Amino acid sequence: MDKNKYNLLVKKYTPKESRLYNGLIAFIVGGLMGCLGQLLLTLYSYFLEIPTKQASVFMIITLVFLGCLLTALGVFDKMVSFSRCGLIIPITGFAHSMQSAALEYKREGLVTGIGANIFKLAGTVIMFGVVSAYFFGIIRLIFMGG
Amino acid sequence: MTFTYDNVYLNATSTITGPYEAQGPFNKLYDKSYNDLYMGMKTWEQAESKILVESVDFVLNKVGKEKNNIDIHISGDLLNQIVATNYASVAIGIPLIGIYSACSTSVLGLILGSNMISSKQIKNCIVSTSSHNNGSEKQFRQPVEYGGPKRKTATFTVTGAASAYLSNDKGLIRVESATIGKTIDLGITDSSHMGAVMAPSAASTIYQHLKDTNRDISYYDLILTGDLGIYGKKILKEYMQVEYHINLPNYDDTACMIYDLERQPVFAGGSGPACMPLVVYSYILARMRKGELKRVLLVATGALLSQTMVNQKKSIPSISHAISLEVGNDLS
Repeated sequence: MDKNKYNLLVKKYTPKESRLYNGLIAFIVGGLMGCLGQLLLTLYSYFLEIPTKQASVFMIITLVFLGCLLTALGVFDKMVSFSRCGLIIPITGFAHSMQSAALEYKREGLVTGIGANIFKLAGTVIMFGVVSAYFFGIIRLIFMGG
Repeated sequence: MTFTYDNVYLNATSTITGPYEAQGPFNKLYDKSYNDLYMGMKTWEQAESKILVESVDFVLNKVGKEKNNIDIHISGDLLNQIVATNYASVAIGIPLIGIYSACSTSVLGLILGSNMISSKQIKNCIVSTSSHNNGSEKQFRQPVEYGGPKRKTATFTVTGAASAYLSNDKGLIRVESATIGKTIDLGITDSSHMGAVMAPSAASTIYQHLKDTNRDISYYDLILTGDLGIYGKKILKEYMQVEYHINLPNYDDTACMIYDLERQPVFAGGSGPACMPLVVYSYILARMRKGELKRVLLVATGALLSQTMVNQKKSIPSISHAISLEVGNDLS
């Protein structure tokens, strides 16, 4: 059997992923995350009497801390598996990827283990984040003058 | 390439598992199960090595032999440089042949051992395999605590170690013949669809075995593949019909047997070098001893996955080896 014919056979017996359902879950959970972020932002700026810009840093720190804590407690992976991009795309996903790598490689030493592997998953995000920020910066400079 | 044997027997086996396998349907048939994936060790790799040593100790106890009475230990696992085997071997202390053939390692080991016994180079040997779910996740996939979504076709690596004692001492279960498979690649690049990767090599080995031994598929009471999973099993059945015009009536796949697929979150089923031997050495041999099955063909399926090669956009080759076990006529 040639490769194309076999590929068709494989396709026939490969179950479809439930994209609509997954998308809906991600939409709802991601939306709730956004609400939580906004709530934290408002609370911080109201009770600490600080400007929104400063309060948003506090909000991010809180969400990163929660993501890391829940990963370390061993429950966040199950939450992410269920809600998929609903928790991966927000800052919690970034924290989760670093924390899980750190946990995995902690037995292989601080430098050779955690240091060398903590960005195993997050490294890609940083690299492409920096590259796209550079290009968007140039576009902004050209069209909006900085 | 097919070999036949007339003086090789599978006298004893041992099975050690992790917690998920103990929640599966054969939980009462395993020699020992751990509740914790660390098994009292500090890392997954060390835990896998530990249960490998224990599985050899169990099988030695069952046959009442000392380590220095065993000629050769043949063993393999999934970890890079087969470290579970190599580090276990220091404690085991039997001359070692370390092998790697992904999830077809168990049957390859049995074939190598049978060949050496058959040619009278050795009198006996122990053949072992192990795998560890978290050790494999770490090496082949993502950090264990990372919850990246998995596809329905993904499989769940079995945690466990299994050993078999082969010798020329007459026993109930006889190793009758074996076929070494060819490496086959039909262009599948999806590392989360191993059933699709491995089905053509399983089919090729089954066909070659039947051809070399001049047998019909009905000769066997049961044909078992290693870890094709729910979807790979369906693919194999159709591929076998289309390519070789062979129906598989008495057929099952150990990936679909080791877990409770309805209740446990294992996607398409189990996988790993320990998957097939855990099922065979517990449930299948028990059925053979009861006389429910007389002739069984084991086809261990191995996906020769390397993340490096997948990243280089290369498809995944696979290999399957088959061994035929029979209930000896003179003792049954």
